[in-house]
Order: sequence, then C-alpha cells, then structure tokens
Amino acid sequence: MGEPDSPLLNEANVGGAGKSGASPVPAVSMRQITKRFPGVLANDRVDFEAAAGEVHALLGENGAGKTTLSNVLTGLYRPDGGVVEVYGNPVEFRSPRDALAAGIGMVHQHFRLVAPFTVAENIVLGDHRAEGRSFVIHQRAIERRVAELGERYGLGVDPQARLWQLSVGEQQRVEILKALYREARILIMDEPTAVLTPQEAEALFETLRAMAEEGRTVVFISHKLHEVTAVADRVTVLRAGRNVATVPAAQATQRSLAALMVGREIDEARRIERERPAGEEVALEVEGLSVPGDRGGLAVKDVSLAVRAGEIVGVAGVAGNGQRELAEAVYGMRGATEGVVRVNGSALASGDPRVAIAARIAHVPEDRLGTGLAPSLSVAANVVLKSYRRPPVSRGPLLAVRRMRELALSLIRRYDVQTPGPDTPVRNLSGGNLQKLVLGREFQGEPRILVAAQPTRGLDVGAIETVHAYLRDAASKGVAVLLISEDLDELRAITDRIVVMYEGRIVGERDAQTATVEEIGYLMAGGRDEA
Amino acid sequence: MRLERRLEQPRWLVLAVPVGSIAFSFAVMAVVLVATGHDPGYTYRRLFSAAFTADGALTSTLVFATPIVFTGLAAAAAFRMQLFNIGGEGQLYLGAVAAVGIALWLGDRGVTSTPLLILAMCLCGAAAGAAWAAIPGVLRAFFKTNEIITSLMLNYVAALLLTYLILDSFSYWRDTESFEGKTFGIGKVIPEEAHWPSATLDVAGEVVVPLGFAMAIVLAIVVWVLYSRTRFGFELQVIGDSQRTARYAGMRLRRKILAVMCLSGAIAGLGGAALEGDFAHQLDPTGLPASYYGYTGIVVAALARYNPLAVVPVGFLLGGLLSAGFTLQGADFPSGLVGVMQGIILFCALGGELLIRYRVRIGRGMRGPASAAAEPAP
Repeated sequence: MGEPDSPLLNEANVGGAGKSGASPVPAVSMRQITKRFPGVLANDRVDFEAAAGEVHALLGENGAGKTTLSNVLTGLYRPDGGVVEVYGNPVEFRSPRDALAAGIGMVHQHFRLVAPFTVAENIVLGDHRAEGRSFVIHQRAIERRVAELGERYGLGVDPQARLWQLSVGEQQRVEILKALYREARILIMDEPTAVLTPQEAEALFETLRAMAEEGRTVVFISHKLHEVTAVADRVTVLRAGRNVATVPAAQATQRSLAALMVGREIDEARRIERERPAGEEVALEVEGLSVPGDRGGLAVKDVSLAVRAGEIVGVAGVAGNGQRELAEAVYGMRGATEGVVRVNGSALASGDPRVAIAARIAHVPEDRLGTGLAPSLSVAANVVLKSYRRPPVSRGPLLAVRRMRELALSLIRRYDVQTPGPDTPVRNLSGGNLQKLVLGREFQGEPRILVAAQPTRGLDVGAIETVHAYLRDAASKGVAVLLISEDLDELRAITDRIVVMYEGRIVGERDAQTATVEEIGYLMAGGRDEA
Repeated sequence: MRLERRLEQPRWLVLAVPVGSIAFSFAVMAVVLVATGHDPGYTYRRLFSAAFTADGALTSTLVFATPIVFTGLAAAAAFRMQLFNIGGEGQLYLGAVAAVGIALWLGDRGVTSTPLLILAMCLCGAAAGAAWAAIPGVLRAFFKTNEIITSLMLNYVAALLLTYLILDSFSYWRDTESFEGKTFGIGKVIPEEAHWPSATLDVAGEVVVPLGFAMAIVLAIVVWVLYSRTRFGFELQVIGDSQRTARYAGMRLRRKILAVMCLSGAIAGLGGAALEGDFAHQLDPTGLPASYYGYTGIVVAALARYNPLAVVPVGFLLGGLLSAGFTLQGADFPSGLVGVMQGIILFCALGGELLIRYRVRIGRGMRGPASAAAEPAP
C-alpha cells in the first residue's frame, strides 16, 4: 500500500483490465466476512468480489448488511472474521485512512462536506498527502486539478463555488471528485440516487460507467431495482446478512432480483386500482398559501390545491423545493404568511398543530424519529402521543398508565409492529416498524385528512408495500391523502393525481395513470410545462 | 484509548458505577492524605463517625441535607426537561427573604398561630422563588434567551439584594433595635411562634428531624408522581426528549417551559422558607451565599440522575459529607484539605456517570464513537 508518490493519476495503477470484468485478480475480494453487533449478526460469512472495470451493485433490503459490508471494506469496522484482499494483497485496515491509502473511496449517503468552504477546499480537506499536507494551501493548483477531473468525468462543478451555493446533486459530484482526487480506484457509492432527479441520476450513471471503463471499480449500493439493472455489470444480493447470490445484471430481471432480495415473489411497482368512495366533496383545500422557510424567504409560494375525500394526491419534487414546508403548513407546524387551509370548507387558524389535530388532520412527518416520535420514550408513550389529553388515556390530570400499555399492545398487534414490547424506547425500532407505529397511531385518530411526507423513504420493499397498503386503505375509507414523495414510481403506483413542486411553486399537474417518469422528472428539474 | 457510546445501559452498571466511583475517590484521597501526613484509615473513620454515627451526627447531617434536598429537587424538576435552571441559589434566597418577611409582618400584627405562620411562610417562599425563576422562564419561552446564563446571573442579583436588605439599608428585615444590629447589620429574628417544629426520633441516639426535611420527602414523592403519572408530566417527558415532537403533538411549549421554571423556582423558594423556619430564623447576607445550597443542589440532582426519589438519599449522604467536613477541620486538619476531599469525591462520582453512558476502549479500536452510534439496528 503505502502513500502514493504522485498526486497525479497514475494510469498504470488503474487496473488496466478493461471493462470485461474478467480480470484474473479481482480488485476487491472479501471472503467469509462476519461482523457481529450486540444482538445482531450483521454479516454472516459473506463473500463478495468485484473486478477492476466493473460496476458491481450491492442490493438488499434495509438491514440486510450492505452498509456493514461496505464499512468493513472502508476500514470503519473491523470484521470479526474473514479476509479482505485488494488487488490480490491481503489487507487489514485500521481506519478509513488506511483504506483510502489502498485506493478505496466512499461516497456516503449523508455528505461529509463543509458548507462555508469552497469546492476545492472541501476536496483537499482531510487529505493527508501532497497539497492537503502542506501548511500553505496552493489554492490555484488545486482548483485547476479539480476542474480537470470534473471535465474528464462529466462532473462539472465550479471549484471556487462555496458549498452552500450548490444543489444536492452538485454536492454529490463534489464527494465523487473528492474520492477521485485521492486516487480512489475502488469507489463505493451508498444509495447515491436517493437525492437526485431522474435526469441527475442518469448523468450519474454515465459518470459511473465512464469510471468503470477506465478500469476503476464501482460498488453501487442500492435497494432500487431499476437502477441496479440500469447501471450494474453484476449484482450481489444480500439478505439478512448473507450473500444470497451474485448474478450478471444482463441475465437478471427486476422481478428475479426482487425475489432474491426479499426471499419471495413480489409485485413490481404497478398501479393497483382501488375503490373510490362515492363522495366527491373537497376535504382539504389550500388556497394561495405562502410559507416561510428555515433560512428566511418563502419556501412555499402561492400554492393552491384541493384534495377530495378518498383521493390520493401526490406532490412530486426534488428535496428542498418546498414540499416539506407545505406539509408542515397544512398540519400547522409552520405558520403561513399568506393564504388559507380549509378542511371541509372551514378555514383553520395557521401555525397551531392542535387546531389541525382537532380538525382531524393526521400527519406522517418526513422525520419520523424526532418529529413523529419521541425517540427515547417507550412505544406506549408514543402510541398515546396525540390522545393523552382525553379519556381513556387520561382521567382528569392523571395518566392511566395501564390503559396506555393496553392501547399500545393492541396497536402493535393490529399494525404488526415488531418490538420487544410496549416499554421499549422507540429509537431501538427499525425504520419500517417506526413507520407502522406512526401510521397506526395516526389512523387511530380517525382522520379526515392525511398528510404523509416521504412515508417510505429508507424503508425496504416489504415495509414499503405495507405502507402503501395502509395509505390505499385509508383512502378507500374516505380519507383525503396528500402524499409527498420523491419516488416517482411510488407516486404513479398509488396516487390519483400528481402535482409537481419546483422552487416553492406548483409547476404542473398530471393524471397519475398517464404520467410518465420523464415528463414528471422534467418538471421536477425546473422544466417548463407546455401542457 | 477512546470512548464509545453504549448501545444499551445495563442495569447493574447504574448501581455499580456510583459505588465504584466513591471507592475510587477514597483511594485517590488516601494518596493525598498520606502525602500531607495524615492517616487515611483514621481520617475516614472520623469522617464516617462525624457524619452518621457520633452523638448528634445525624441531627447535624439533616441540617445540611434539608436545604440541598430542596434545591436538588428544584434542579431535577427542571433538568429533566432539558431546562437548565442554575438559579436555584438565588431562588432559595428570595424564598428566604419572603418567608422571613411574612413571618415578621404577621408577628408584628399579633399573629401567634404556628400552623398559620408556617403556611404563610411556605406560600410566600414558594411564590417568591417561582417569581424569581419566572424571569429566566419568560425570557427563555418568549425570546429564546439561554436560561443557563440568565438564571445564573440572577443569583448574583439575589445575593446583592440580601446584602442591601441587611447591610446597606435600614430595611424591614434588618434588626435596628439592638446594638449589634445597628453597628454590624444583622437580620431581625422572626417570632418564636414562626420557628418550625421538629420531631425527635430515637434511633441509635437522639435524632432531631426538622419539619423541612419531612416536607422535602413528601415533595419528592409529589414531584415523582407529577412527572411519571400525570398528563402534565407526560408532556414534560415528550418536550424533554424532543421539542419538535412535542410541537407536532400539539403541546404548548412556552407554557410548559414557564410552568417548569416556576415549579423549579417554587421548590427552591420553599427550601429557603424551610431553611429560615427550621434553622436560621433571620436573614444572613454572608452565611447564606457562602453555603452554596443552590449549586450543591445541582450536584445532588446530577448524582440522583434527575430522579426526584433518589434526590432524598443522595442529599442525605451529601449532607453527611458536608457536615463531617466541618467537624473534621481543626488544628491538625486544615479546612482546605476538607474542601479537597469533598471535591475529589464529587468529581469522581460525577465523572463515573460517563462510564454508564460510554464504554472505554483501550488500543487503536476500529469503531469510532460516531460510527458505533450510527449503526442501524437491522
């Protein structure tokens, strides 16, 4: 290993095996990797191999062990058993820095960038070689190299721009450039498309392909089937900490991969028609709503929309275009500066969740743990989070602790929440179970309106199905559902209409049955609506 | 060596760590004692005897324990909700001022009923403490001012108020009749009928239990019930855990912040009333601030992990340590060494807390604290 002697890219080092993926010595070879955490076997004798010049997808549900495996590869965790070889040499990483020195770079799901710094500064930050090491930083030289790299891989971003000025997609490019700058020959991408528009994701895939063609190795972690089939050469599927299969992407279908991933056949994302209740009255009406954002200025600008009872209306948009603020304003978490929210015709006072709760507006917030739930309190306490004021949960000023437990137990059973018991702090529950808990609690209040913000983000396929079923079920019982999501397949699968938000405004509306991903993606990215 | 956050906190640690920390602190102190030419074994025997077993030791311990149980409860009530009311000290002074004031005033008007005087002292003491705590409470609730700074600063204001009432003016609280009162400035003594009664128990010698201590025990139970069995307490738990969640659930945050600050201040103020009624009987502008009852209460609350029921025994033990410190010091044992000893014991006891929440790893571990905490539970 040792430290590379030149900051410039050494072409000879970069695999040189071509794009066939049939290199005699694999770039990465992990054998019988086992990693235990208290109470969990996160990786159980996993074998994983990636060749130079290939894009290798690591597919699996949440908690299948993808992130643990990649953390072992990047030196964040030390495995309890097994061998890691990089280009045929056995390695034992003690820290991410060792892994970096061996040419392994990782782009995390949550970027590790410093907002007030420039792109170039972020890229040399923490680099303990060459430019980053010297006391004086040669700004110009670094900027030149960053620009060069960007041009070569189609990762155009201004090296002098401050990070906070960049969009999420651009920030991701900075993360990739950071890895390339450190001469990573093996690049691990942890769910890179979660924050991108379909167009941005397309561009990213091209960059990944270009890097693979140069002989680098890309390990692409995802739980989205269509991405995996679109970009990968081979796919390794993990389930419950074990390697289930490694298959060439060309021979796999989304259906076969999904079956491997969850261990059973599931429906691909497609529309499931549901019965619509007869009533056509408007349950939720938003008129001319303007809402301030966190950084000053308006996050929502003059938005009007209506949701009928029994209807599911989807709000599409890239994160940060005002959808979250819209949801919060409807629910009263955020005060509106202009406009009005009406429920069954009567206007609500703005900025008070208690008013919204009284009007039977349920809300699944984007931040489940920390807004929708009190993390260190018990399951029972979280079940009664909104009903504690009334009997039977409280009698006068006193809390009926036993009733709380009973209610929690019945909700756990009814919504199939996996938890050791009603007294467990909710932060110990997995994402899918947290969401079942939130949804179950919200349905208990017999809502007229449900505002769900990113209810399936970060969930695995099985949990997503469950959440979708709950949402459809609510709508068929006459609840007006406003579903905010970045997942276009999800929106097309379960909503009736889709409105698209861009920079705080609604820029278009489509019928969910006929809308195409391209069309909506175009609107989400700021394209003008000609329709 | 690095620290890792524990994923779970085993139950046995909650008991083992404090006991281990105390043992460790005695070991460290033994080194200091040997270095200064004292016999550790003899010193510890004297310490224990002066705190708990000697004649009148428990009575003296309760004198120290009573005010710090009150201030400990005051701190625990606020800290549980992540409201850092450091102003227990000043709120206790204000409670004392109001309680002494009402006792003197009623005495001047010929009220001689002891229950009535006690009731009036408690109410006025609690009200004054609550009012003093309401200042940082309002600033925090409506203007997002940091309550740590404002409540701390008000302690100095309260101490200066004491000085002003007794030393710098001829106020109602100052003794202006006697010779000493005129020349040195001392507080007027409250009427005999306003001195709180005490019960004398016969457990291994006579122990005088002041009314205030009994009151503090009842109050600890009340606070515990309030926090764990009522709607109000439920809201406080949610707010203490996540303010966003509380807002989401439609809770009125500002009111709760104000209510908890006032509750905390009222408990500290009641402590001031008990201190005057049970022991002091007059305002002492130098002795009261020198006792640091309010700050010690924060230590009590921290050691009790903000559990109101645990505040009572912890306050009692700490009262013993404080009381023994006074007995111990003398020609052969300088008071500075007493301070060093008390400091080491508290430092170790609080430092041990870290071991409950974190695990120490020796050697170049692979898992950083951040990565261990971020590990998803599959």
